[in-house]
Amino acid sequence: MHVTSPVREPLIQGGKTYADVTEDICRHVEAAPTKEWKIAFGLSLIVLAYGSVCLAWTWWEGLGVWGLNKTVGWAWDITNFVWWVGIGHAGTLISAILLLFRQKWRTSINRAAEAMTIFAVICAASFILMHMGRPWMAYWALPLPNAFGSLWVNFNSPLVWDVFAISTYFSVSLVFWYIGLIPDLATIRDRATSKVSKFMYGTFAMGWDGSAKTWARYEYISLILAGLSTPLVLSVHTIVSMDFATSVIPGWHTTIFPPYFVAGAIFSGFAMVQNLMLITRVVYKLEDYITLEHIETMNKVITLTGSVVGVAYITEFFIAWYGGVEYEYYAFFNRMTGPYWWAYWAMMTCNVISPQLFWSRKLRRSITFTFFISVVVNIGMWFERFVIIVTSLHRDYIPSSWAMFSPTRYDIGDYIFSFGLFFTLFLLFSKYLPVVNMAEVKAVLRSTSAQLPAKIAGVAKVRQRGAAEPAYNKDQE
Amino acid sequence: MENTNKRYWRGLEELRNDEKFVKDASSEFPSAPTESQYESLVDGVGTHRRDFLKVLGFGMAAVSLAACEAPVKKAIPYVNKPEGEFPTISNWYASTYAEGGDYASILVKTREGRPIKIESNSLSKVSYGVSSRAHASLLGLYDNEKLKGPKKGEDTKVSWETVDKEIADQLGQIAAKGGAIRILTSTILSPSTKAVIADFTAKYPTTTHVVYDANSSYAIVKGNELSFGKAVIPSYDFSKAKVIVGIDGDFLGTWLAPDTFSKQFAETRRVSSDKEGKKEMSRLYQFESTLSLTGANADYRTAVKPSQIGLVAAALYNKVAAKLGGASIATPALSIPELDKAAAELVAAKGQALVVSGINDPSVQVIVNALNSLLGSYGSTINLDKPVNYRQGNDIATNQLIDEVKGGKVSALILWGANPVYDHPRGAELAGALPQVSLSVSFNDRADETSSLLKYILPAPHYLESWGDAEPVAGSYSLMQPAISLIFSTRQAQSSLLKWAGASADYHEYVKAYWRKNIYPQAGGGDFEKFWIKSLHDGVLDVASASTGAGATFAGNLPTAAAAIAKRYKASSSGLELAIFENVGLGTGFAANNPWLQENPDPITKACWDNHAGLSQKTATELGLAQGDVVKVDVKGKSVELPVIIQPGLAQGTVAVAIGFGREKAGKSANGVGKNVFPFATFTDGFLNFTPGEVTVSKTGETREIAQTQTHSTVMNRKSVLQETVLAHFQKDPMAGRFVPKIQTSEGEVDATDLSLWNGHKYKNHSWGMVIDLNTCFGCGSCVISCQNENNIPVVGRQEIINAREMHWLRIDRYYSSDADVEDLRGLEIASENPEVTFQPMLCQHCNNAPCETVCPVLATTHSSEGLNQMAYNRCVGTRYCANNCPYKVRRFNWFKYFDNDNFDYAFNNDLGKMVINPDVTVRSRGVIEKCSMCVHRIQEAKLTAKKERRRIVDGEVNVACASSCPTDAITFGDMNDPESRISKLLEVEREGRAFHMLEEINVRPQISYLTKIRNKDAAAKAEKVEKEHA
Repeated sequence: MHVTSPVREPLIQGGKTYADVTEDICRHVEAAPTKEWKIAFGLSLIVLAYGSVCLAWTWWEGLGVWGLNKTVGWAWDITNFVWWVGIGHAGTLISAILLLFRQKWRTSINRAAEAMTIFAVICAASFILMHMGRPWMAYWALPLPNAFGSLWVNFNSPLVWDVFAISTYFSVSLVFWYIGLIPDLATIRDRATSKVSKFMYGTFAMGWDGSAKTWARYEYISLILAGLSTPLVLSVHTIVSMDFATSVIPGWHTTIFPPYFVAGAIFSGFAMVQNLMLITRVVYKLEDYITLEHIETMNKVITLTGSVVGVAYITEFFIAWYGGVEYEYYAFFNRMTGPYWWAYWAMMTCNVISPQLFWSRKLRRSITFTFFISVVVNIGMWFERFVIIVTSLHRDYIPSSWAMFSPTRYDIGDYIFSFGLFFTLFLLFSKYLPVVNMAEVKAVLRSTSAQLPAKIAGVAKVRQRGAAEPAYNKDQE
Repeated sequence: MENTNKRYWRGLEELRNDEKFVKDASSEFPSAPTESQYESLVDGVGTHRRDFLKVLGFGMAAVSLAACEAPVKKAIPYVNKPEGEFPTISNWYASTYAEGGDYASILVKTREGRPIKIESNSLSKVSYGVSSRAHASLLGLYDNEKLKGPKKGEDTKVSWETVDKEIADQLGQIAAKGGAIRILTSTILSPSTKAVIADFTAKYPTTTHVVYDANSSYAIVKGNELSFGKAVIPSYDFSKAKVIVGIDGDFLGTWLAPDTFSKQFAETRRVSSDKEGKKEMSRLYQFESTLSLTGANADYRTAVKPSQIGLVAAALYNKVAAKLGGASIATPALSIPELDKAAAELVAAKGQALVVSGINDPSVQVIVNALNSLLGSYGSTINLDKPVNYRQGNDIATNQLIDEVKGGKVSALILWGANPVYDHPRGAELAGALPQVSLSVSFNDRADETSSLLKYILPAPHYLESWGDAEPVAGSYSLMQPAISLIFSTRQAQSSLLKWAGASADYHEYVKAYWRKNIYPQAGGGDFEKFWIKSLHDGVLDVASASTGAGATFAGNLPTAAAAIAKRYKASSSGLELAIFENVGLGTGFAANNPWLQENPDPITKACWDNHAGLSQKTATELGLAQGDVVKVDVKGKSVELPVIIQPGLAQGTVAVAIGFGREKAGKSANGVGKNVFPFATFTDGFLNFTPGEVTVSKTGETREIAQTQTHSTVMNRKSVLQETVLAHFQKDPMAGRFVPKIQTSEGEVDATDLSLWNGHKYKNHSWGMVIDLNTCFGCGSCVISCQNENNIPVVGRQEIINAREMHWLRIDRYYSSDADVEDLRGLEIASENPEVTFQPMLCQHCNNAPCETVCPVLATTHSSEGLNQMAYNRCVGTRYCANNCPYKVRRFNWFKYFDNDNFDYAFNNDLGKMVINPDVTVRSRGVIEKCSMCVHRIQEAKLTAKKERRRIVDGEVNVACASSCPTDAITFGDMNDPESRISKLLEVEREGRAFHMLEEINVRPQISYLTKIRNKDAAAKAEKVEKEHA
């Protein structure tokens, strides 16, 4: 039993030893897929297949299969894009900013959160491709040397900024996640019994040898990447928000968007982490690693960012009234009372009211309630983007062009595609990779300055598959 | 052991010892298969297992080869170049568009031998601009649903020789027996054609020519006969009128010659902010049941139920007569708004007044004539000595003809340019009787509702393939010449008639001879060949006539007319009444199989691809109906089911339905689009009556979406979108009604456009721009079709219009006024019951600080050095950000592939239809944005011509398709860098006057300016209203 400060709950409960940690996490990677996993994976494949058919038809037939029109040129496509990018932000926040702030509780959740980031960004990127009229020309948005003459990208365009922001974000997140995975991959490699696993995990472990120098390099690179990622947490959604903020459309043309979008992104990202972790925790029996403390802390972040978002909403309205710009005023008036009032009020209810319920300690420590609110928050944040995009566009400057948008089965199907993709990837991740960062969790087992008892360094008494005593366990010598 | 030699035969062949059997006896497989026994793979039908790999291999190779290369279509070069024909250089021919009473003197642009555009002939003194129907008639040339040759019964292989012989024989027999021969046509403007018919009649004396118009104006003819003894429709000159009163006559939209009237009327509406500039306007009062284009442009408009409308004329007459000392007539008292005011002003403007009415009731027309006579209009605004020929139909004769056909008294019926089974109220009766006619021939271009019931259809070519002439107004002639050789095996109707009459069938020579004999002498001397070539070149010829028709003395019988009116119209009625009206674009529906026209939104309802039951909001509420509810409209047992459209401005208790829809045999673009309401029209005293009286409307419980290109009707009090004022205010201050946004800064108040992030553009050479005068734009929409034609804009169909995805680069926004308080944003969404209407053409504003340009990630839309916002379709990846960021919402996205796509089975889906494509403009592919280019290809062409000639481009040398089509010159296009250009001069005057940029405060600095709309309303009334608003 390790010793912790009497005032703090230990971050990892259940009196885990290092060996227990390895065992608990690796078990799922090493064991055959469970029935539940197979069912879930099957379901997500079906969802992905349905979505892929819808997407294939969208690309074959043209974007006309969506519900867009001359007035509303973006709707679900960009809503989904912003939503997914936003969701991704929690992962980076957890792994980078919380790392810099030495928030050790992040270790239990950062792996899954980062994976979520990467998959969410992939989903977001799929909408960038999807929303293009000619997606096969997507590479034109990259500043590539070409034979078309002097054609170049337009550095004035927020969409080009987006291309840089998202691609940087994706690559940095991927590298960060992968670097963090290496020690754990090495652990799995070393435990692996089948040649295939040994080869695969061994390849990706990149010859990790666990030496002090390697660990030191690992620490440096983590810190450097955290430093690199930190501005990205703020910049990516700032740039996404500029897609709107730099335009001339009332309701889009708003300087408040960058902080408001970043807060909203973290808000929805944490909600998504909650959703994923609450399930993973139960299925993988990780209650000792992802404790109520974690859930409660994340709920606090949700309440904080939700409040920021709420203040932003109210500020926007105040400015719309106080600014005295006819069009801006109407845009907000129309949000509240126009034909899409329900979307607006759904947004307000989900995003402003629901996170305030977490002021109650009982509620924020309730797993069911947390799960429910997280879903609500994600619905709310989806509606936020829908409200911003559709209700601003559908009634802008010239009343003759005012129009309504309603989704078709392909708008919905292509959104479903992204869910299929996300869950397929996440389930693959949760099966084949350690969902909790073993190396870092081991580091926080020792969460106080007290000396650890010798016992804690021991290895598991019972090996599952009766393997020979591992040679790597230097501690035993 | 006997019979050891017992033998079994393997078959009868062995027993018979067949030669073949013997030959094969020794081989194990009697008929071993050989390769040659099987059909060869290439030309045979069977396949062999050994061919499997070959087939597989060939298939693979073929598929992969086909994937490598797009199919090559043959392009045949001009080995022998036709004289005068240069690739990529267009040729222009003057010609005449005359379909029924529709007339326009036109120039036809041809490229590589095919007509691709119709423009107005500026030499004409009769027609101005080109109507949407005339523009769209070009597409009719390439309609592949027309008959490709003569048709006898179901036989389409029959030759012209055969039908000529058969018909001539039968005509001979009929004439010999004295059987009646009838030629039924719509209005024929061509004098030479009338001569052809006369020749035919001379050969077959039992022939009678009956003319009818689906939108008849026979009552005007009759009214003038009763009033002045002249059975004509006079020419009207709105440009001389100071006060105009219209009584149910849509002279700006559909009545007689709307383009000409629009031009004249626009002259009275054009004002200038210049100190010495014209600051007077005519005033237009309109009394009508439906909201017509004229009503929409009227200064004062009163909605009157159809059952009252005739009384307006009578009441107005009495009021005017009381002041001018005319005899009063007995008429029921009628109290409607603006009538007294209109009477007073008419009297005040005596000699410069005009009253017109489209009511097809001779009694009303007599009263109107009396009014005009009292007001001294004859000789000033009306000229009886220069009659117009646009409507020659005789309702009574047509009805007689139908009776004759029903009575079996007609032996031969020749039909031409008429489709009475569809567009005559008694069409169904006629359809039943037509099979009895022993010889029936149609010259229509397709097996339409009537022609399909006739024995022969001998399709006449399209007017662009034909020779001909026209006399739209007495003394004004024009010529029609073919701009393309015959596409199908067709023959002009005149040639057929001449042939049957035993004369030479060369109608071209006939026209020439006719002109030599009849028109050339009037034009006075010279060499005929020169005269002929000049006439062909000019397309028009005016034979001057000095008479102003001043001498007309009214001699009508007023009491009789008054009595007829009092009998027919009621001062008050509570029932629901039907008002049938003509759609501005589609007209009577004769050219309904034209996707451009079908998709051309009605200027008022902005709906297309359907007709509707129009109801005012109040009436709809009373009936418990909402827009889109399908109702059964029942008139005296006849009924149709139509979706309800809420139409402000309609008289209460009136159901308005447009004719021209519900074709059954016109082609795939027209069939089943809307419902035919011609059968609802009735005849009152023999005159076609589009207000058949009471109607019941009942809900069917179904709903139908309405395809409208504009679904929000009010301007929401947005001053920077629409700026308007009344004349009196404008006279005091040319800036009246202008909205000039100001911004407070630390240095004090500045113009919104003084603060900018941008450096602006320097246009060293040209700076192309446009000025659009909202005062002379009457919203007819001809520019929309001109643009569609010029720029290869696809047709998207009803469902895509419902999805708000029309592709028109140029649209006309129509706004209704609202009664709500300016602060009441919800209330402002609701239009007034009798709204003021404004039309605002909307196209790419070619902003200098273009929001679209900054947001395109791939620089597909950029700024030219001449002020144009240009779109490189090839570069577009289709993010649609530009469309979202366009404050004017003029950018259009190709949601689908609109050509070669069976889901969009319009002109661009067949080879013939594609002939209409303008080779100078790219056909856009799926997934790219498009928008108005300010006809950059025309600018480039003109610049190249100027460059070749080493000179600067001259003002007027290039014009954009919209501006050139406008009958009222509401659009001025030109180089704003050229101080001598019309636009520069106009802007110089108007910059501190009426000219405004839309949405000025967002500082996008458009190249397009608008001039404020000015209504000639009383300022006092307006001021009161403003005070009330502020109270």
